[in-house]
Amino acid sequence: MSAAGALPELASVYWRPRMTAERLRQRERLWTLTTLAHVVPFVVVAIVMVALSPLAAPVSLAALAHAWLIPELYARRGATVTRSLTPAADDPERVSLGLLGDLVDHDARELHARTGLVPERGRLGTWLVGEAGALLVSDRRVSCWCVRATDPDGGRLPSGDRVAHLLLALRSDEEGFATVANLAFSGARWRVRRRLPKRQRAALDAVA
Amino acid sequence: MSRLIRMDGSGHTTLAEWTADDPAAVEAAVAAFREELEQGSIAMVTRGPGHAEHVRELPLDEQLVIMRRPIAGG
Repeated sequence: MSAAGALPELASVYWRPRMTAERLRQRERLWTLTTLAHVVPFVVVAIVMVALSPLAAPVSLAALAHAWLIPELYARRGATVTRSLTPAADDPERVSLGLLGDLVDHDARELHARTGLVPERGRLGTWLVGEAGALLVSDRRVSCWCVRATDPDGGRLPSGDRVAHLLLALRSDEEGFATVANLAFSGARWRVRRRLPKRQRAALDAVA
Repeated sequence: MSRLIRMDGSGHTTLAEWTADDPAAVEAAVAAFREELEQGSIAMVTRGPGHAEHVRELPLDEQLVIMRRPIAGG
């Protein structure tokens, strides 16, 4: 990507190395290691405790619960990037959805109407773009990116415009978009899927 | 007829409309474009399905130029 085509917002995160497919895989592996670092010690404790004394079974169960809950909390935080923000008044919402509709094809419009997320195929994977972030789906993994339009009107942008801001930025420089956005979570698709609102799970299923 | 629009709280606002053979309209569109850039907006044009481009000068031959706000990690 030449400097001319790079996302202008990269200047505000100049210290970050530009995201590439290879760097993304590294970040994903780091998340996997982090998850293992949380899960494995608790599972080991659970096994050892029960092996030492069956009376320690409640402690083992508590340890297993921790092993389950900690990754779930991370996934929950990641899934919040697709949350819907407070809608604007009816007229701005309608106008913004009209503009967004002009930017995407019929299938994407239909999926957005059902789920609030717009699918967009990229080089790093398939994106599901929401109002305050995006999911990047590749193979069996989902990466959750927190990013939004800065809004001088104090958060009054209608929902379609919020999505359109992110979509246009993503389309102009996908790797720059992933550099500017904050990676909130990366992990198994099933783990993120169960933390999404029900209506948004269909979007994940559609692009998987 | 080409249009320059800004995504804002109203959905979007049309800032200028022009045709290449109307110098006054072009001049007004360029002025509106520059004013938006000075206020921190970023100009985008779509380049077919799945593609968009950031532009620094008003592309007079484009049908639609969209001004957006910068994005930032949340």
